[in-house]
Amino acid sequence: MPLFWLVVVLLALTALGFWFGRRRALASVQGNPRHLHSLPIYYGANVAMSIAIPALLTLVIWLLAQPLVIENRVSATIPQDLLPENTSIGLVMSDVRRLAEGLDQAVEQNVMTTAETLALDASTTDVRELLGTVGVALGSEVRPEVLSAAQSYRQLSSTGSTAMAVVCLVLALAGFGLSARHTNKEFRARNVVERGVLALLILAASLAILTTVGIVLSMLFETVNFFGLHAWTDFFFGSTWAPNFRGDSELSMLPLLWGTLYISAIALLVAVPVGLFAAIYLSEYAGPAVRSLAKPLLEILAGIPTIVYGLFALLTVGPLLLNLFGQGENGILGLNWMTGATSVLTAGVVMGIMLIPFVSSLSDDIINAVPQSLRDGSLGLGATRSETIRQVVLPAALPGIVGAILLAASRAIGETMIVVMGAGAIAKFSANPFESMTTITTRVVSQLTGDTDFASPETLVAFALGLSLFVLTLGLNVLALYIVRKYREQYD
Amino acid sequence: MNTMNMLDKTLDTNTTKIAARDVNVYYGETHAIKNVNVEIATNTVTAFIGPSGCGKSTFLRCINRMNDTIDVCRVTGDILLDGEDIYDKRVDPVQLRAKVGMVFQKPNPFPKSIYDNVAYGPRIHGLSKNKSEMDEIVEKSLRRAAIWEEVKDRLDAPGTGLSGGQQQRLCIARAIATEPEVLLMDEPCSALDPIATAQVEELIDELRANYSVVIVTHSMQQAARVSQKTAFFHLGNLVEFGATGQIFTNPEDPRTESYITGRIG
Ligand SMILES: Nc1ncnc2c1ncn2[C@@H]1O[C@H](COP(=O)(O)OP(=O)(O)O)[C@@H](O)[C@H]1O
Ligand SMILES: [Mg+2]
Repeated sequence: MPLFWLVVVLLALTALGFWFGRRRALASVQGNPRHLHSLPIYYGANVAMSIAIPALLTLVIWLLAQPLVIENRVSATIPQDLLPENTSIGLVMSDVRRLAEGLDQAVEQNVMTTAETLALDASTTDVRELLGTVGVALGSEVRPEVLSAAQSYRQLSSTGSTAMAVVCLVLALAGFGLSARHTNKEFRARNVVERGVLALLILAASLAILTTVGIVLSMLFETVNFFGLHAWTDFFFGSTWAPNFRGDSELSMLPLLWGTLYISAIALLVAVPVGLFAAIYLSEYAGPAVRSLAKPLLEILAGIPTIVYGLFALLTVGPLLLNLFGQGENGILGLNWMTGATSVLTAGVVMGIMLIPFVSSLSDDIINAVPQSLRDGSLGLGATRSETIRQVVLPAALPGIVGAILLAASRAIGETMIVVMGAGAIAKFSANPFESMTTITTRVVSQLTGDTDFASPETLVAFALGLSLFVLTLGLNVLALYIVRKYREQYD
Repeated sequence: MNTMNMLDKTLDTNTTKIAARDVNVYYGETHAIKNVNVEIATNTVTAFIGPSGCGKSTFLRCINRMNDTIDVCRVTGDILLDGEDIYDKRVDPVQLRAKVGMVFQKPNPFPKSIYDNVAYGPRIHGLSKNKSEMDEIVEKSLRRAAIWEEVKDRLDAPGTGLSGGQQQRLCIARAIATEPEVLLMDEPCSALDPIATAQVEELIDELRANYSVVIVTHSMQQAARVSQKTAFFHLGNLVEFGATGQIFTNPEDPRTESYITGRIG
């Protein structure tokens, strides 16, 4: 049974169960819901839950586990000594999967029957050409052992799917029967549903946490591989970033870290004053009319994809800075500090513009959270508005604002597109803001894109860089949250 | 002004500090204060009483122009401080508020040290030439607010760490540090326990020697205990104004009597 119909049947059963449970509960009290322990819908929900949850959970787990099990069984059938030079079992298995998919396609398009696919013989039929006719291109001639592996792959999959459908339906029906038996006026359906809701929420929460753990673990795994191939002292303490795919690379994080921090610092230098002043204006001075217009506008700015900011850097800010500080359009200021449009300054300024709404909307919330009574107290002592802001409101909001700035910093550190388009690609230590530089994020991208071998240190370094970045931003976020939370305690 | 005839003898010598003439206050369409005339004397505690929502706070906030900070609020009529109209264009509300201090319902110490809380006003208005003068102002203010003994060893501790009653006395110290001539208090004891209330009441009585004090209160016992004159507000009108003893024992207006005997809530 195809997956789609299986799910439809399960959902239909669930709906039926809901209706049935509700009716049965009402019938048990002769239609007077006052005598029921719970509202009738709870009995329905209980039956529906008993049908859907075990069946759907099994379905999901089965779908995740089946390919792994089949892969294992099939790859065991491929004789090791038949592997050609320079290939791994993984590459052969991807051929097998592709071939199996091709045969599926052939059956679907009625080019051949299921029985014919089982009878295929690589020595008599040109499988490659056959699959070419159904639109599946194979990389090489099909070898007999690969074909037989693909055939058993298909057979195992179809058996597995049938078994899955049967198990799920049996579970659903069993859940239906059991919960329907329980449904009478004494049954505490409401409490059971409550526990079901709790389980659902816990499931969602643990999924979020598990994925984070999964991401970190996978990065950690590849990072360990990297340090197996490359000296960790060079990564952490070296001074040069010079990847070389013929081997013998120097892969030090430090020049990239320098570029990252330098560009982020310029971005914060732009974003923090502008964002903070905008927030102060909006929360302390602006009338309701200005506020209702300016706030959504700022929030729109926050929603612009960073690639658009990247274009802005490339097309507008870069050339503009070049005109000001370099010889572009023959140099407005007559300086010759800048030779190309991509520079630390270009990327930093544009990233700063990107962060303005972020800083201002966070600070605005924080400033608004300062109790009005403090402002009244200060104004009542004869302070002016700006004295009140400087001496009472901002100090009271300071921890929160620092938190907001740290969050902005961690966004700046993780930003990629603006740097790719605005800062260039040269890794170096330099204090000159008019030079090109590059960051950790952009190097992660460039090390992983293109034709690369996933076992070389030049590629794996991307994971080590990614993990370093993760640790850096995590640290900043934790610090920011700690500060913000500490601040919250003051006024609760 | 027939009520003026009934003043206590001791008050006859006191001059008028604040005089309100036909004051009306509107919040947008809401007419919150209607034609109020009142005179507040020096060295006197004047209590504003009345059911909640009758406009006591609104009127109090007119006296130091705190209502200017509310966009929709509009004030008409004259309020004279020492004979000068405080709503005149030449008057700077910021300067006025230094002369007419205010203590709020909920203690609102700034998130600064106790010392800096008290020094806040004097610093803004440049009342001290050097650190030792400032120390003096701070000590004097804290002493007058009857909290010096409790905090003298921890002037660097945050003001927010004090108990509610101490915080309110700190706020009073903060208000008197700028050497105002009038002290406005909006239900200063409503967030305090009975012991702290008693301390603040005692303090108010002492403050009378140097300031004219206006206190809004919802507790009639408190009005009777601390004030010499009482004004009763009802639905934005000033119903009755006179010596406290007079208002509480022999009110003229039936509404005042109903409120005092507990029939208007
Ligand atoms: N900021 C404001 N905006 C609009 N209306 C207000 C505002 N403050 C007070 N009011 C209205 O003015 C009236 C008087 O309020 P208030 O002076 O606070 O009374 P009281 O202090 O005697 O309890 C009330 O009807 C109240 O709803
Ligand atoms: Mg009030």
